[in-house]
Amino acid sequence: MNWSFFHKLGSPKWFYDISGRWLPWFAVAGVALLLVGSVWGLFFAPQDYQQGNSFRIIYIHVPAAFVAQSCYMMLAVAGVVSLVWRMKLADVALKCAAPIGAWMTFVALLTGAIWGKPTWGTYWVWDARLTSMLILLFLYFGIIALGQAISNRETSAKATAVLAIVGTVNIPIIKYSVNWWNTLHQPATFKVTEKPAMPMEMWLPLLLMVLGFYALFTVSLLMRMRLEVLRREQKTRWVRETLEKLS
Amino acid sequence: MSSLNEMLDMGGHGIYVWSSYAITLVVLALNVVQPWLARRRLVNEEARRRRREVM
Repeated sequence: MNWSFFHKLGSPKWFYDISGRWLPWFAVAGVALLLVGSVWGLFFAPQDYQQGNSFRIIYIHVPAAFVAQSCYMMLAVAGVVSLVWRMKLADVALKCAAPIGAWMTFVALLTGAIWGKPTWGTYWVWDARLTSMLILLFLYFGIIALGQAISNRETSAKATAVLAIVGTVNIPIIKYSVNWWNTLHQPATFKVTEKPAMPMEMWLPLLLMVLGFYALFTVSLLMRMRLEVLRREQKTRWVRETLEKLS
Repeated sequence: MSSLNEMLDMGGHGIYVWSSYAITLVVLALNVVQPWLARRRLVNEEARRRRREVM
C-alpha cells in the first residue's frame, strides 16, 4: 500500500494548500443544501398527522444531533492518530473540531427542548436520550477546557486525545438509549437496514439538511484548522509569505 | 396577507419552529464568521509586525 498520502497529511503546508482548494466547494454545497432543505422542510413537506407543524424542527434537530455525535467519533479517531503516530495535524483537528461539536450538541439539545414543549408538554425530562446528550456536551466542554489548561503542546495533545477516546463509551449509550430504556424520545429516524419510517416528501428534505450540516461542519472545521496551522507555524517562511500575500 | 400570517403561525406552532430555526442560523453563522474574523486579525497582526521590523 502506498503510504505517501499519510506522510503528506503530516505536512501543514500540504494541508493548508489542499484545504484551501476544497473550502469553497464545501461552502457552496453547504449553503445550497441548507437553503433548499429548509425551504422544502418548512413550507412544502406535509404536516405530521400527530405533531402538526412542530415536527418541522426535525430538519435541524436531527442533523445537529448527527453531526454532534459523528464529530465526537472524529475527535476519538484524531485522538488515536495523535497518540499512536504523533501526528500534529491530528491534534489540530481534535482541538478545532471540539468547539463545533459542542455548538452542535447545544443546538440539538435546545431545539429538542423547544420541540418538547408542544409535543411532550415539557421542555426537559431527565430521560436516557436527553441526559446522555447532556453528558456529550460536558465531554466537549471537558476536552476544550483541558486543551486550554495545559500550555505544553505535547502534554496537551496527549491529555485531550486520551479524554476524547475514553469519552466514546457515551456514543453507543446515546444511540441505543431509545431502545434500552423507556423514554419519551421517539426512535431513530435514519436506519441503515430499513426503509425510512416517514414518507419520501418528509424524508428527502431531512437528507438534504443532514448533508448540508455535514458540509457546513467541514467548512467551519477547515477554517479553524487552517487558522490554527498558520498560528502554530507562524515562524516558518511559508506562513510569513502566505500572510504577507493576504494583507 | 392572512394566508402569510397563517403560514408563519403554523397552527400555533410557529413560535417553536421559528425560534429553533433562528437560533440554529445564528449558531451556524457564528461558527463560520468567528474563524474568519480571527484569521483577519492574524493577518493584520503579522502586517503590523512586519512594518515594525522594516523601521
